[in-house]
Amino acid sequence: MMLDEFSQSRTRRTFTAGGRTLRLLRLDGPLSGVLALIVCIGILVVYSASGQNVKMVEHHLANIAIAVAALVSLARFATPQYLRLFAPIAYAIGVALLIVVDVTGHIGKGAQRWLDVGFMRFQPSEIMKLAVPMMCAWYMHERPLPPTFKDLLVMGLLIAVPTAMIVMQPDLGTALLIAASGLIVMLLSGLAVQIILVSIPLLVGAAWIGWHFIHEYQRQRILTFLNPENDPLGAGYHIIQSQIAIGSGGVFGKGYMHGSQAQLEFLPERSTDFIFAVIGEEFGLLGQLLVLTLYAIVIGRALYLAMQGQDTFSRLTGGAIALSFFVYVFVNSGMVSGILPVVGVPLPMISYGGTSMVTLLAGFGILMALNSNRKLIGS
Amino acid sequence: MPRRVRIKDHFAEQRIFTIRSIVAGCLVACLLIAVASRLFYLQVTRHAYYAELSQGNRVRIDPIPPSRGLILDRNGVVLAENLPAFQLELVREQVGTPAQIDASLARLVAIGLIDAEELGSIKRTILSHHVYESVPIKLQLNDEEMALFAIHRYEFTGIDIRTRLSRHYPFGPVAVHALGYVAAISEQDLKHIDAAEYAGTTLIGKLGVEGAYESSLHGKPGYRQVLVNAAGRPVERQGAFTPKLDTRPPVAGADLILSIDMRVQRAAEEALSGLRGAAIAIDPHNGDILALASTPGFDPNGFARGLSNKQYDALANDIDKPLINRALRGAYPPGSTVKPFYALAALKYNVMTPDKTIFCPGHFSLPGSRHLYRDWKPRGHGTIAMRHAIAQSCDVYFYTVAEKLGIDHMHEFMSAFGFGEVTGIDIPGEKPGLMPSVEWKRRTYKRPGEQVWFPGDTISIGIGQGYMLATPLQLAHAVASIAARGENFKPRLVAAVRAAGSETVTPRPVEPEPPITGSSPEQWSVIVEGMEEAAGPGGTAARAAAGAPYKMAGKTGSAQVFTIGQNEKYNEKEVSERMLDHALFISFAPADDPKLAVAVFVENGKHGASTAAPIARKMFDAYLLPNQPPSPVETP
Repeated sequence: MMLDEFSQSRTRRTFTAGGRTLRLLRLDGPLSGVLALIVCIGILVVYSASGQNVKMVEHHLANIAIAVAALVSLARFATPQYLRLFAPIAYAIGVALLIVVDVTGHIGKGAQRWLDVGFMRFQPSEIMKLAVPMMCAWYMHERPLPPTFKDLLVMGLLIAVPTAMIVMQPDLGTALLIAASGLIVMLLSGLAVQIILVSIPLLVGAAWIGWHFIHEYQRQRILTFLNPENDPLGAGYHIIQSQIAIGSGGVFGKGYMHGSQAQLEFLPERSTDFIFAVIGEEFGLLGQLLVLTLYAIVIGRALYLAMQGQDTFSRLTGGAIALSFFVYVFVNSGMVSGILPVVGVPLPMISYGGTSMVTLLAGFGILMALNSNRKLIGS
Repeated sequence: MPRRVRIKDHFAEQRIFTIRSIVAGCLVACLLIAVASRLFYLQVTRHAYYAELSQGNRVRIDPIPPSRGLILDRNGVVLAENLPAFQLELVREQVGTPAQIDASLARLVAIGLIDAEELGSIKRTILSHHVYESVPIKLQLNDEEMALFAIHRYEFTGIDIRTRLSRHYPFGPVAVHALGYVAAISEQDLKHIDAAEYAGTTLIGKLGVEGAYESSLHGKPGYRQVLVNAAGRPVERQGAFTPKLDTRPPVAGADLILSIDMRVQRAAEEALSGLRGAAIAIDPHNGDILALASTPGFDPNGFARGLSNKQYDALANDIDKPLINRALRGAYPPGSTVKPFYALAALKYNVMTPDKTIFCPGHFSLPGSRHLYRDWKPRGHGTIAMRHAIAQSCDVYFYTVAEKLGIDHMHEFMSAFGFGEVTGIDIPGEKPGLMPSVEWKRRTYKRPGEQVWFPGDTISIGIGQGYMLATPLQLAHAVASIAARGENFKPRLVAAVRAAGSETVTPRPVEPEPPITGSSPEQWSVIVEGMEEAAGPGGTAARAAAGAPYKMAGKTGSAQVFTIGQNEKYNEKEVSERMLDHALFISFAPADDPKLAVAVFVENGKHGASTAAPIARKMFDAYLLPNQPPSPVETP
């Protein structure tokens, strides 16, 4: 209490009007600042990578506006209690929508990931990116940590159902990300080290079996990743062009809007999944390291905020949001630089594309709400 | 282990979470460092490699073809030049879908601009180019075709008339066998040319000067670096910026100045028109060829604009063989034109003196043989000496000379004049003819009975029949050596070269060959006098030479196409036109100071005097009478 009063008095003296706004909106200053910086970098890079397409930038800005609105309203109005109550509802809605998508996709005989909700198209799997970890955290909230074997089985089921449905869409990349977000909750909740060590060979075995169940193009992606030069104009084209873009950028890059790989369209999906290569080509190693550093700050700050969580739900949800964010960063930058297979994962908050931006910033909104709207202990 | 009672312990749970988070944070740091290391590897360690790949991706090198050197005659008249040609070109992506392309082509056929037969090859050509490239579908449109397209232009998108440089021969078929022609580069050509030197070039020289001097005429291509996008399409800018790109201009080919004099050339071709034959005029003092004609010819402009298969077949299968260069490749019996040479040989080897006479009864037979060798004059020339024998072309005199010389001397002497081997003219395709010898017959025939040299073989060769064959060019070259009294030069068509963009004309050095030795000036005079007499009153070529303000020296000849039986008479009315004798004439003028030596050959022309000699006369007139204005040149 003393400390709190001290810090508040100090804050009053030193914080600017912007600082007061942050506090009024219950936003975390450092996290908001770095996120804003990343989003601004994203706008600049999308302008260059899209071939100076103003229409795309306008659309990008509209997405950002929606995403920021989501972040701010969640941070301002959501409380840990509401969020905890809402978690199973969100999970149920998400599963229901996935069923709808799978069924219509089956009827349409093709990949179906989108639901058209009038003003925007919307991927139900995006809801699950937040709903799955929140559901797992909700489940563990009432139970003592570390989880028992039964708890693990229940969480495993909560993760497996939506994951399997997304694999069927088929969208292997997103399915893996969602499975990862659920697994993160398991790990943070104190999953025994012995189980982790035992499950590694089991996962390898499962991967081997899974190989026979995934789609041909997904298998091709993995094979291509292992040896991209085999088929330079086919499936390996993405990886090769991406590495050329990054490698030719050098330390300082070719300059903003000067990247020939991106500007002359040698680089595929230059403003979406492969935008990190555009940063590498035009801003060089320094530009990419700056972006990675900003991401590292975001992850660190988010983990710190999660640790401040008052209850199990807050901590596990916050930790899962922070580490899922890391997984997105790692999978995308690893794919673009050629150390991971090509899976359709955008670069968080920089890539052009709507739903991913909204989910991510909504996630950080939840993280901030869990942190700043907590009840005072003892009251 | 007994099952523990589990209750929620907030502080323990918080500790678990904190420890796990810190471990996760460390893992995050490690993996981010792994990504950063990978980036360092790509951008620093392998930067040079990827920078090169990136450059190769975006910059394409487009060749700029050089402009081909001009060909001029010795007075600067342009014989081959590069003119803008109008051609119909199609850009696939502007026309639209394959169905729309088909429809457009069908419409062009319907209005009569392209042949239905060529549709297949046009489509193949179109498909072998990029969608954004302009592909020629009809070359060198004439005025009517241009007008036709203009009327229907509104019906077509992506098809339009464009201008490109094309080879043009202002005189059409005139001198085509000296000039050669250019045609589309064939697969055969591609085997022996450097493809990089011909990038962007579609035509290559074939035969004649165009073929022989291809490397001088072609020039060096330049290049232009072009920025391309991933689809290979040239683009102006890369994003918001225009990068600096390198351009190297091409170096035009060298201009060639020929020894040809268009006045003489045109005189020769006009005189030969309608006939199958060849005429060559040589400057006896340096080997310059002032005219090289072979008829019928063909229009080389057709090859430059591309012949259809039908057109090419028509040329190749023409019974008059217009594609054959008769001047270089026609090997015929030289007939009586060899007589002055054997007369000189007889003097050199001392088997005759100029004034020694023989009696000509109209036929000749070898001792101990009943085989009769006839004279062209059935009743004979009576008593006759050397000069007169040349002028009257007495066969019996030269049968006697041949018998006395023997084939070995004849072969040795004629070889010095270049019979039996190529002259070495600077254009390709020349045939060596045949100067037979004992050794040649033994080598050539398989059956022992045929390998033997018979005395009768020698007799026929004495009047230029039998095994002996010579090309019109060899005859011209040899008569030039008589005119120059033993001086001998390699014949040539290209006299000088002018480098691209330069005013300096570099003459090519004259190439002397070993002179013909062993004959005294008096001996040379005897045969020249004999040839003057032939072109003088009462000589065989008297009528052709009549009225000339200069003095001609010459020798007529006719060569049998088929052999007449021993007791038959040759009746020119009864044999078909293509079985008639070939007509020949060799000459030079002025006789006392020779400036031009000429050989004329007319296939089935019957008599050298009546058919071949008048052609030579017109060529001499064109060259030696400067007051006569050259006939007006119509430029097509």
